[in-house]
Amino acid sequence: MVSANSLYGPLHDPARDAGYVDPPPRKGFFTDTSVCIGCKACEVACKEWNMVPEDGIDLLGTSYDNTGGLGADSWRAVHFIEQSRPVGQQSSPFAGAATGASSEALQQDVIAAGIDVFDEASRLGTAVPGGQPLAEVAGRVAAGAAPAGGCGAGGSCGCGSSGGGAGGGGGAKSSASEDSQFLGMPGMLAPAPVPDRQGRQDVRWLMMSNVCKHCTHAACLDVCPTGALFRTEFGTVVVQEDVCNGCGYCVSACPYGVIDKREEDGRAWKCTLCYDRLGADQTPACAKACPTESIQFGDLDELRERAERRRQQLHDVGVTEARLYGHDAEDGVGGDGAFFLLLDEPEVYGLPPDPVVTTRDLPSMYKHMAAAAGFMVLGALAAAVGRR
Amino acid sequence: MSANGEPSQLKGLGHGEPRPAQRTPHQPGQPGSEHVSGTDPVGGQAARMWDAGMGRRGGEKRRKRKGDVNAVVPDAEFRSYYGRAVLKPPVWTHDIAYYLFTGGLAAGTSMLAAVADGKGHVAARRGLRLTSLGAVGASAYFLIIDLGRPERFYNMLRIAKPTSPMSVGTWILSAFGPLCGAAAVSEAGALLPRHGPLGLVRRLAGPLGSAAGAGAALTAPLLATYTAVLFADTAVPSWHEPYRELPFVFGGSALAAGAGAGLVLAPVAQNRTAARAAVIGATVELAAAHRMEGAHGVVSEPFHLGRPGRFLKAARALTAAGAAGALLGHRSRVLSALAGASLLTGSFLTRMAVFEAGVASTKDPKYVVVPQRERLRQRGARGQGDHTAEDERAQQRSAQAHPA
Repeated sequence: MVSANSLYGPLHDPARDAGYVDPPPRKGFFTDTSVCIGCKACEVACKEWNMVPEDGIDLLGTSYDNTGGLGADSWRAVHFIEQSRPVGQQSSPFAGAATGASSEALQQDVIAAGIDVFDEASRLGTAVPGGQPLAEVAGRVAAGAAPAGGCGAGGSCGCGSSGGGAGGGGGAKSSASEDSQFLGMPGMLAPAPVPDRQGRQDVRWLMMSNVCKHCTHAACLDVCPTGALFRTEFGTVVVQEDVCNGCGYCVSACPYGVIDKREEDGRAWKCTLCYDRLGADQTPACAKACPTESIQFGDLDELRERAERRRQQLHDVGVTEARLYGHDAEDGVGGDGAFFLLLDEPEVYGLPPDPVVTTRDLPSMYKHMAAAAGFMVLGALAAAVGRR
Repeated sequence: MSANGEPSQLKGLGHGEPRPAQRTPHQPGQPGSEHVSGTDPVGGQAARMWDAGMGRRGGEKRRKRKGDVNAVVPDAEFRSYYGRAVLKPPVWTHDIAYYLFTGGLAAGTSMLAAVADGKGHVAARRGLRLTSLGAVGASAYFLIIDLGRPERFYNMLRIAKPTSPMSVGTWILSAFGPLCGAAAVSEAGALLPRHGPLGLVRRLAGPLGSAAGAGAALTAPLLATYTAVLFADTAVPSWHEPYRELPFVFGGSALAAGAGAGLVLAPVAQNRTAARAAVIGATVELAAAHRMEGAHGVVSEPFHLGRPGRFLKAARALTAAGAAGALLGHRSRVLSALAGASLLTGSFLTRMAVFEAGVASTKDPKYVVVPQRERLRQRGARGQGDHTAEDERAQQRSAQAHPA
């Protein structure tokens, strides 16, 4: 039942602390981001199973992450991070394949010509009908043709040393780009098989499926004034939608920015770790759907051991940046029920580097409140001194 | 939801669409300016788009005013996920900021009404009691309409939960409201006839009103200060970190607001108590707010920037002016009323500033990542495994007091 560590500190079994007499082992997720391929099957499976409404189709400009993070209508969210660092042995994709060379060569031509594709892309459709046939110019530059040759009589087209704004519609046609124009859009290739304009070549993609952490010390649960949020017998944290009155306190209390209010509905929603499936001895939908076992479900104790073995394995093969996040029962939230293996610092993935449950300081807050209240009484009494 | 359109703007930012931190309306320093080129965490496509100026809005320059306390806080370098916020911004609208004010006003006026009752200042007491009832009614209104499901407000009453300051507050308000109401209604006793059965009610109204008023005055300090715990017990950096000062800010502000109402309503002969209470409340509020906005390093920054910064500055000036006016002008009905209005406005702006500063602190990942990184760095520097929670808090405090 309630113990000294009910608000903060290591707590082996939050279900027992919440009053369950003989709870089953604590369940959780171990999300191994080193094998995530960013397929978003987890997002889809979660939405399907839990009937989470759609949350709009947006292009956010944040790599392939167009979900934008967890929220009332996204209980799993896959993050994509592009970095100019190699991970392991990385070769140019498709280099050996028969289909591989052409578009890569195209990209290389564009870069070799020193063309700022983003500069060009920003002018798309404004200078030349149909856009800028960059690839043509690039092909010519790569082939050693004089840039001015394509300009013809149009002296004002502005194709200088930068190659920006090269005139379209020139007569010369590049063999490399007869039927494919490079429009400066992200391609299907890995981010940089060739150097980008800052000279960075080795690029890695970090992908991570984020989810509610089901904290040992869950601030959302502790501050909920209606009891809508509760600790399940599996040690997870679930909102009862028939009780929640949408006060929004949990939203501000969560140190990870997970739970949120669904605007059209007025209530708070988040991952339930598929409470209904757990009750039927089933694996949660996201873990079930994950094709690479990046999302692993099981007894938390066992998952923690497995995660440590995986971390060690990665270190042994030289991936020394591999680290666990949320696995430590000594951390600020008493350890997470859903924890991660990351390949960079947590904040790069949008996670707080050192979250602390706000209720750690609650006893001190009440003490300061009592002192201030006492001060008010004294102030009123002091004001009352005097005849008038 | 409210008249000035501000809440809907907050809601727009909070829901449905993505919330990149650079959209924060409160921050003149865009988070983009903190990402030093070459060390930026976001490689590849996004970084190139960023470098190319896409997704960047104007206003990169950070204003450095003379004497600005922010001048000692260096521009933080930190990493983030596309500059997106780590936390969710509070879904509370400005209704909650208004509630902070009306709740404080109800508490302050109740306390001073009890004092006026003791001193036999009938006119002052009547004004204060009625103000208190109006303010507590407004409080209940703001609290309920801010719920996502207002028709379920009574679910707050199904449990009593000490770990939830909102639950504690619900019960404080449930105790205070009826007492405050009874005290105000007892004022109607003077309207009853002197004889007959109603005459008995008239004679009882006074003592019963005094008893109810005393009860309200005893719960009032809790009502005024629990809201500080309500705000502090969140992950919102600029609400949580000043948790030691916030109860004093709110308590002082409540006393000042109550005194302000007293100065506006009471005749000159009965306003000395309010004038003294104004000075005491304003002093406590200003001193505590000074610590709140200065002692927490980078987390204090939102109290100086944008709208909350302007609100807090105005609140300081109005509160100080009101207290001075109350002290010097208590013989003049006009000066007293002006001083009272100044105190009320100051209290209102203080609440608005605290509310908005907290909201702003959730929208920029800086206020989450930088202090937590610093905490980790200090823990790492001291070696691992030998720290206790108490040590850590002490470290945190000193870090906040002396930002590098």
